[in-house]
Amino acid sequence: MDCHEKTFQSKTAIIMDARKITAKERMAIPRQEMPAQDPQVRIGNFQEVHLGLTPELAQMEALRCIQCKDPVCIAGCPVNIKIDQFIKLIAEGDFMGAVRKVKEDNVLPSICGRVCPQEDQCEKVCVIGKKHEPVAIGNLERFVGDYERLSGQRIDPVLAPSTGKKVAVVGSGPAGLSCANDLAQFGHKVVIFEALHELGGVLMYGIPEFRLPKEIVRDELDGLRRMGIEFRTDVVVGRTITVDELMEEEGFDAVFIGVGAGLPWFMGIPGENLVGVLAANEFLTRVNLMKAYDFMKSSDTPVFDCKGKNVAVFGGGNTAMDAVRTAKRLGAEHAYIVYRRSEAEMPAREEEIHHAQKEGIEFMLQTIPLEFVGDDKAWLTGVQCQKMALGEPDDSGRRRPVPVPGSEFLLPIDMAIISIGNGSNPLIKQTTPDIEVSKKETIVVDVNTMQTSKENVYAGGDIVTGGATVILAMGAGRTAAAAINEKLSGTAQNFNEW
Amino acid sequence: MYRIVSAIFLAENIKKFEIEAPRIAKKRKAGQFVIVRITEHGERIPLTIADSNPETGTITIIAQGAGKSTRELNRKEAGDTIADVVGPLGTPSHIEHFGTAVSIGGGVGTAIAYPTAAALKEAGNYVITINGARSKDLVILEEEMKAVSDEAYITTDDGSYGYHGFVTQKLQELIDSGKKIDFVLAIGPIPMMRAVAEVTRPYGIKTVVSLNPIMIDGTGMCGGCRVTVGGEIKFGCIDGPEFDAHLVDFKNLADRNRIYQHEEKEADEAFAHQCNLTGQA
Repeated sequence: MDCHEKTFQSKTAIIMDARKITAKERMAIPRQEMPAQDPQVRIGNFQEVHLGLTPELAQMEALRCIQCKDPVCIAGCPVNIKIDQFIKLIAEGDFMGAVRKVKEDNVLPSICGRVCPQEDQCEKVCVIGKKHEPVAIGNLERFVGDYERLSGQRIDPVLAPSTGKKVAVVGSGPAGLSCANDLAQFGHKVVIFEALHELGGVLMYGIPEFRLPKEIVRDELDGLRRMGIEFRTDVVVGRTITVDELMEEEGFDAVFIGVGAGLPWFMGIPGENLVGVLAANEFLTRVNLMKAYDFMKSSDTPVFDCKGKNVAVFGGGNTAMDAVRTAKRLGAEHAYIVYRRSEAEMPAREEEIHHAQKEGIEFMLQTIPLEFVGDDKAWLTGVQCQKMALGEPDDSGRRRPVPVPGSEFLLPIDMAIISIGNGSNPLIKQTTPDIEVSKKETIVVDVNTMQTSKENVYAGGDIVTGGATVILAMGAGRTAAAAINEKLSGTAQNFNEW
Repeated sequence: MYRIVSAIFLAENIKKFEIEAPRIAKKRKAGQFVIVRITEHGERIPLTIADSNPETGTITIIAQGAGKSTRELNRKEAGDTIADVVGPLGTPSHIEHFGTAVSIGGGVGTAIAYPTAAALKEAGNYVITINGARSKDLVILEEEMKAVSDEAYITTDDGSYGYHGFVTQKLQELIDSGKKIDFVLAIGPIPMMRAVAEVTRPYGIKTVVSLNPIMIDGTGMCGGCRVTVGGEIKFGCIDGPEFDAHLVDFKNLADRNRIYQHEEKEADEAFAHQCNLTGQA
C-alpha cells in the first residue's frame, strides 16, 4: 500500500468513527506526538522545532476528546475558547468549521497554540488527563490556526456597524492586539501605536523564531489590517505623544495601554558590569527583532559571538529557556542554565525545559552565582558559584534553599545572560502623572474592567501584572475591550455572542 | 519612511541632516535623542537631536561616519529616505538659571552641546562655550555656538585654529582666571568627558555629561544601555542620557562599549569594500 492510499484509508476510517466511537475507545487512543525537528539538526538552525500535526494526526487526537457535558477545559482558558466544540469539528474533519469556532474567541490561534502554557490551563483540568495524558488542546489549536493560513481561505470576523468612536491602543503585543480585535468587531475605529519599527511586541522581540516563526505573527497582523485596524510604528507613547494628547488633540474616545514589561532586573552581585554580562531582553531583542543571527547578511546588528564559547543563563523561566537555546543555536560549546532551586520549581513550561534538555543544554540546578570574574580588560571569564540545599521550611511552608558550605566552584564562561525578570515600563508613569501605579510601578486597574484611575484609560498585560504570559495579556485585552465598548456605547454587551 | 530635507557636510565625514518628523519636532527638548534605522536591515542607532523646527516639522541630526551604519547614513542626500526615526527619547536636559554655565563640545559632541547651550542661554545663564576639535577642518557649528554664547572659544589639538590644546586646558584656564563657574556640561568622547569631570571635581562645580552607551530599543525595555552611576545601575535611555559627571563610572562605560568592536570593524570593512566596488565611497 503506498503512502497516499494509506493516508486516505485511515482518514476515511477516522471520519466515520468520529460519530460512533465510544468513550472507552476514545480513551484508548494515545496522545498523538507532534512531529519535530531532530534535536541535533535543530540546534544548527533557527527554524521551528515542532512541525505541526498533519490532518490525520489532528483528527486522531481530536477523537480522544470525550466531549464532556461540563467542559472544564473552557474555564481553564483565559479567553474561554469553546474547546469541546472546535475539537469536535476537527474530529469530524470540518477543519474550516473548527477555524471559525476558535476565532469566535481567539483571533491568534496560531500564536496561542504555540506559546500558551496549556499544561497549566486547559490541559491541566482536562478530564482525560486524570487517568491518561490530557487531550493535546494546544496542538489542536495550533493546527486550526495553521490550517487556515495554509489553506489560503481566510475567516475574517463580521464587524458591527461603525459606531463613530475611536480607540487608541498603545502597544502591539498580545494585550493590544486582542483588545484591538474585539473593539474593531464592536464597530469602533482602532489605531494601534507601536514604539518599535516592527509590530507584535514580545511576539517579535522576545519569543524566538524557533518557537514562534515571525511569518506567523505577520500573517495574524494582516488579519487585523483586513478588519480596518490601523497601525502606527515608531510612536513612543509617553515621548512622541502623551496619553492626554491622544484624547485631547487626536480625538480618541478611549485609550488602552498594553505596553508590556520594562527594564530587566539584575542580580546585584560583584562583577555584573563586566563586558559579556547582559540582560536576556537585550540578547533576545538582538537575535529576534534585529535578526542578529544573520549578521553581515540580512542584518547589520551584531550579537555576542557564541561560537565555541561557554554561555550561562541565570534564571529558570521561559525567557531563560529561550535565551539558552538561542545561545546554543548561535554555536555555544556549552550552554548552561544556572538556577537556584530544582527543576520542579522552574517557572518555564515543561515542554521548553524538555526541549532544552534534548538540545544539550546543561542544567546547573540548586546553584547560585556569587561573583562574576573577568580579565584585565574587564571581559568576563567565569562565574564563581555555590551549590544550594533545601533547608528548613520558611513561613510559606516551602523549604528554603540554603548555601552548602564549601561547595563553591568556578564555572568558566564567556557570556552571562541575566534572566531573572523585569520591572515595568516607566514611560507611561513618567508622562501620565494621574495614572495610579503600584509600589512595583505596575499600573493599577479594576480587574473587572481593566480601567485605570484615569477616566477612559484602560490597561492590561505585563504593564499591569508584571511579567506574565501571552494568553493572560490577551485575556486582559479582551476584558478591557468589553468594558471600553460598554463605556462608549452605554450598553452592556456579551462579546461571546459575536 | 522619513524624508531627508537637506543633507550637508559640516566637516570631513561629519554630516548634518534635516529630516521630516513632525511629531518629534513638536515634542523634542534639548538633550533628547532619536533612534534611527537607516534601511530595512539596519541597526537601531541613537543620535542626539541637534535642533528642531515645529513649524516645518523637521529635526536636525548630525552624524559622524564612524562605523557601517553612520557611514551609510552619511551617503544619504536630500530627497532620500530613512526607514525609521523614533523619538524624542531620553530625559531632556535639566535647564535652569545656574549663573555662569560652560558648555563643552568635543568633536561631533558639539552637535549635542549646542542645543543645550542654546537652552542654557535662553534660561538666562551667562554662557561660555568651548568647542574642541582635532584640527581646524573638523570644527563644526562655530557660528551657531557663537550666536548662543557670551564667550565662545575654539580649541584644536594641533593648534591649527583657536586655542592650541584640549578643552580641559581651556576650562582650567577659565577656572584659574577666577571666573565663578556654576555649571559645566561636557559632551564628547569618553576620555574627554572623564577629563572634564576630573578638572571640575576639586572645585565642586556641578558637571553633567551625556553618555552614549550601546542601545537597541531606547524605550526602557532591553536594558542594553545600562551604565554605572554613583555605584548604581542606571539606564541611558530612561534615566539619561545626561548624568552627573562626578558619579559616572567612565571606565565601565568605555569597557562595555567595546563588546561588539570586532563585529563593528568587520561590518565597517565589508561596507568600505562594497563602496569601493561600486565607486560610492
